[in-house]
Amino acid sequence: MRELELDDVEALAVGAWILGTGGGGSPYLGLLNMRRLYAEGHRVSLMSPLDLADENWVAVVSNMGAPLVGQERLADSRNIARAVEIQQGLLGSTFRAVMPLEIGGGNGIQPLMAAAHLGLPVVDADTMGRAYPEAQMTSVAVGDLRPYPCVLYDPRGIEAVVTKVPSWKWMERVSRKICVELGSIASTCKAPRTGREVKDWGIHFTVTKAIGIGRRVRRAQRHHEDPVGAILDEGHGKLIFRGKVIDVARRTTEGFLRGRAVIEGLDEDRRSRLEIAFQNEWVVAWRDAAPIAMSPELICVLDTVSGEAFGTETIGYGRRVSVVVLPAPAVFLTPKGLDHVGPRAFGYDLDFRSVFDQGRIS
Amino acid sequence: MRRIGIDVGGTNTDAVLLEDGRVAHAVKTPTTSDVTTGIVTALGELTRRPEIARGRIDGVVIGTTHFVNAVVQRRDLARVVAVRIGLPASASLPPFCDWPADLAQRVRGEVFMIEGGHDYDGRPIVPFDEIAMLRVARQIRASGTRSVAVAAIFSPLDPGCEERARAILSEECPDASVTMSHSLGRIGLLERENAALLNAALIDLARATIAGFIAAVRGVAAPLYLTQNDGTMMQAEMAAALPVMSFASGATNSMRGAAFLSGLTDAMVIDVGGTTTDIGQLRRGFPREANSVVEVGGVRTLFRMPDLLSIGLGGGSLVSADPLSVGPESVGYRLIEEGLVFGGNTVTATDVAVAAGLVQIGDDRAVADLPRSLVQRALDLARAKIEDSVDRMKTDASELPLIAVGGGAFLVPDRLAGISQVTHVPHGDCANAVGAAIAQVSGETDQIYRDLSREEAIAAAEAQARERAIVAGAERGTLQTVDVEDIPLAYLPGNALRVRVRVAGELASLTTQNRSNSGAARRTPREY
Repeated sequence: MRELELDDVEALAVGAWILGTGGGGSPYLGLLNMRRLYAEGHRVSLMSPLDLADENWVAVVSNMGAPLVGQERLADSRNIARAVEIQQGLLGSTFRAVMPLEIGGGNGIQPLMAAAHLGLPVVDADTMGRAYPEAQMTSVAVGDLRPYPCVLYDPRGIEAVVTKVPSWKWMERVSRKICVELGSIASTCKAPRTGREVKDWGIHFTVTKAIGIGRRVRRAQRHHEDPVGAILDEGHGKLIFRGKVIDVARRTTEGFLRGRAVIEGLDEDRRSRLEIAFQNEWVVAWRDAAPIAMSPELICVLDTVSGEAFGTETIGYGRRVSVVVLPAPAVFLTPKGLDHVGPRAFGYDLDFRSVFDQGRIS
Repeated sequence: MRRIGIDVGGTNTDAVLLEDGRVAHAVKTPTTSDVTTGIVTALGELTRRPEIARGRIDGVVIGTTHFVNAVVQRRDLARVVAVRIGLPASASLPPFCDWPADLAQRVRGEVFMIEGGHDYDGRPIVPFDEIAMLRVARQIRASGTRSVAVAAIFSPLDPGCEERARAILSEECPDASVTMSHSLGRIGLLERENAALLNAALIDLARATIAGFIAAVRGVAAPLYLTQNDGTMMQAEMAAALPVMSFASGATNSMRGAAFLSGLTDAMVIDVGGTTTDIGQLRRGFPREANSVVEVGGVRTLFRMPDLLSIGLGGGSLVSADPLSVGPESVGYRLIEEGLVFGGNTVTATDVAVAAGLVQIGDDRAVADLPRSLVQRALDLARAKIEDSVDRMKTDASELPLIAVGGGAFLVPDRLAGISQVTHVPHGDCANAVGAAIAQVSGETDQIYRDLSREEAIAAAEAQARERAIVAGAERGTLQTVDVEDIPLAYLPGNALRVRVRVAGELASLTTQNRSNSGAARRTPREY
């Protein structure tokens, strides 16, 4: 168990945005909440998942909805804490700790807000190792753990619970409908997990990983060093392309932002093109029409100079980008894992192939 | 038509007389700390010649960076009361929560948060708590604070709560000036609210400054306008209520001036000054707008601003050989003392350009000893910086012409990658004052239409925006639609569509206009 300093939280915001792989919403508002909470004297501790007792209960939290709505209604740290309290009431037992549903994007910070109000530690683990758009795209869904109950809270005094569903896909459908009715934003506390389940199915040490990546990027920026190199080093990643964005096509369908970005190669990638498809997050990358990187491995599109991540909502023509792939959590590389989050789960008829098994193509 | 355009920059005050579509005369004087004296001097020089003094002037249009500089330099800012309408949402991040501490300390007054606001689909979050608003208004009156900023959740979609709050405030505290966030910004509560807070902080300064402008131009006997970020102008009295709308008018005027002087309407523009270079894009004669957060003096804002990229390159940029660099350090306005060609001993970008024969300034014998290789390498580096930055500002790969303006425009080479043609224009060094002189009058409408097709709704909105522009003084035949935005509101019955349209046109000859109506009527002035 170690107490996080505000500097760790600042680094977490940078790292979580990079692990968001283009989606997940900006951690900025969550960071603002944490700065205020730390200024008021709150502190949050990080605990290893391995220190959980098998019978401990862990609250899994996330903010659900459209990032655009979050820009108006803002993230309020007390809402996510309230969702945990409601879930605890249903559970009839106390939570030992809080953990993020997804480390990528704004939801990487949500459990810290809940933890600050509730005086609980945050577990150094999540269920995605990145950001994904749907409820069944988690390690706990791959593990067939119980998907219910799920609590959705709205500060108007609306407390909704999805008591029972037959599958994670049904949980996605039903909870999504409730979320839209609440204004396309809700603070949620997912099905409680036992310490045993977190140890068996959680993706471990992802908070530390995000903080580590964020810290390296911030240090590189301060010292005018290469932040992309720092990310590769810290995240054990592979640089697959450097170039300039020459086209982005977006469309919103079924509540998702879908589209493609085309990047023209520079330097050693001159005369090549990389095309990356996205569904909220970056999903599959083709180099000169041959698929070279795909979910569940993390495709991160970074500003070549600053190392900051580009989101699929905001990336545009002319950006100088470095495309980096970070390794996937092992749980997603099993046949069952690939069913949930492999390329076919996003509608691409491709067999998963890791970039780490391929030589550098040039 | 005869109009005087004045650009009050940080270093120079430029003034031009525009006569029947050409620059008849241009002057440049140093900007004075009180701003007004510099304008009086420039006007004096401009109108001293009898042939100019004789004719009637149809209007004086001023563009100024005075208000944005006040924010950056933390001076002349008023204390502001903030009213946020949106509880129970947004509570943990109150107004001013992401301001730099030094600025918040100067500006932050009391902060009130009230129930109300809307959801993304137009439904109320909860009913607006008017009784709480009334209580707040009475507290504001008792405290004597005169600047108030009001921001409600999703007010760009439905401004109802902000308008009701303003009505209550003007009833209870008639002396207070109220800035409503929806009149400035778009989706993004904190950033839109920040723009409103900055505006409220600047209102006293704006009133005093604009009163000074009015006094300074009294001798000219012509109506006074101020230019806005979007290249249109507003009657001076009305502009005093919206100082943030002029934040980027210097850059906008430069781009609009470049369009006018070159005759191009769709092009990249590069404005090379003494220390920095601004790059933007013209579309249909207007600057392309930024759709992302713009930081002003450390405050994140989001409102109508030109999309600009500024780099540290200019005529005063320091040049060093090992390692090779050109800028971002600059001698700035001291170029005329420190540059080699002016008898100083600092190697600047201007010296390198003179050595290469690109321009004749000062004494070229002073640069005869500069190594040819350094001259070439420095110019190559400047070109690389320009090419890279211009390319970043383009939105697609097609070739576009580029217009080079500003005092350091000679640093822009005649051929650039991705550019079909580089155009240097006469009077390019006072393009900003020209841009002020040609500012247009705009009209805007923003409302919800029901039971109409999309095309019909947009047509209805366009007609209304045109009428508003004409009332504001625009010539009917010159009106053009500059911006159309439509958002379907799924929750409302009858195919509800929110349409925002902006049109702009030339100022009609004042002989056929009621002068008191002149200026841009985006909305009526008391709404702010």
